[in-house]
Amino acid sequence: MRDRPWIEWDWVGDHLDDIRAATFEHLRLTLLAVAIGFVLAGVLSAVGLRWRRTLGPITWVTGVIYTIPSLALFTLLIPIFGLGSIWSAEVALVGYTLLILIRNIVAGVDGVDPAVRAAADGMGYGRWRRLLEVELPLAVPAIIAGLRIAAVTTVGLVTVTGLIGLGGYGSFIDAGLKRQFPTQIVLGGGLSVIMATVIDLTLVGIERVLTPWNRGEVARP
Amino acid sequence: MSAWTEFVDYVTLADNWWGRRGIAVRIEDHVRISAFATVVAAAIAIPPALWLGHVRRGGAIAGAVVNIGRAVPSFAIVALALPISLRYGFGLGFWPTVVALVALGLPPIFTNAYAGVSGIDPAVVDAARGMGMRGPEVLWRVEVPNALPLLLAGLRISAVQIVATATLGAYVGFGGLGAFINEGFRQQDDGKLLTGAVLVAVLAIATEFLFGVGQRLLTPWTIRKGHS
Repeated sequence: MRDRPWIEWDWVGDHLDDIRAATFEHLRLTLLAVAIGFVLAGVLSAVGLRWRRTLGPITWVTGVIYTIPSLALFTLLIPIFGLGSIWSAEVALVGYTLLILIRNIVAGVDGVDPAVRAAADGMGYGRWRRLLEVELPLAVPAIIAGLRIAAVTTVGLVTVTGLIGLGGYGSFIDAGLKRQFPTQIVLGGGLSVIMATVIDLTLVGIERVLTPWNRGEVARP
Repeated sequence: MSAWTEFVDYVTLADNWWGRRGIAVRIEDHVRISAFATVVAAAIAIPPALWLGHVRRGGAIAGAVVNIGRAVPSFAIVALALPISLRYGFGLGFWPTVVALVALGLPPIFTNAYAGVSGIDPAVVDAARGMGMRGPEVLWRVEVPNALPLLLAGLRISAVQIVATATLGAYVGFGGLGAFINEGFRQQDDGKLLTGAVLVAVLAIATEFLFGVGQRLLTPWTIRKGHS
């Protein structure tokens, strides 16, 4: 390992099919976790916002899950779902997104100007209609900020799923360590950073599309 | 759930606790490397963070540190530390793991300490200067105490992340608690596997809890405002 270059491009050129397969696996694990996490966080946030007293326990439980190291949590779930099942990873990955997403959704809705809320009430909006049509759209920047953190974090955590045999870029890193071959380590880490960046920029683009009223903000004095 | 029976069998056997590769030694190694990495990361990150916060510059650096820290997977950092360590003659095990843990621990400590100092109301700093305090005195007697809650929060986040990632050290030859997980997979020994997973989870939660208690003891004035 000492004398080998950091990256051998010949090897990369010979393994484009493997790279494509790993990219697909990595993306699938990531998007599935963030999508399920987003739906679940939406429901839990709605519960927390409607019944304030539940917000403390929800934050506490998701906080404890967030603290458990990923390899440990994946391993603990294997006896339940079986080795090689993506759910051993997915359940843990979904769990990690919850704290980040709930915090941002709740902060976003709480951050809505009380005058706007009062105006909605004055126009006869009910509690749920006000939430869906007024508060949520205004909370979009905070929610997207949460999604960006959750997605980028998940891309990184998915590299660890390579250690429990679920493929993705982590399997390159694992193989590189076992064979003492730097190219695979650099490739696995590098591709993971690229994927995180692409997803992050995509979410920034989605935010711009969803919040046309914010677009002029930079130009304003 | 036979895997859990195997786990109970494994942890209740005294022989598994003692000896060179026993549970006790591995807990000790895991805690020791984590504590060392946290102290080194704090020693590297805190001085520049306090200084940049004091002169109120470098917000862009702080932002970049957060983004880079989040996008680079911790497993990739641990793995990359191995060829680096071998190339410079530091070998397997302890050194590549420590280098990776320190690198991972830096961003939360740096950004929180920076945010703590730079976020102080300028009126407070002006008042201190009005009372005749000079630069270093303002930093030590006003800015650092005011930044303490965030500074400690950064230390807590880093420490928990370091304890979590020290588990991955097992894949570069370090013998902490991750070694039980690594060996458990290779030997298809569910008892060993779950022993590693459970102990790592307990250690991470205990670290979070102890730092939380420390935070409350050192900054009692923040308790009523709720926890950060």
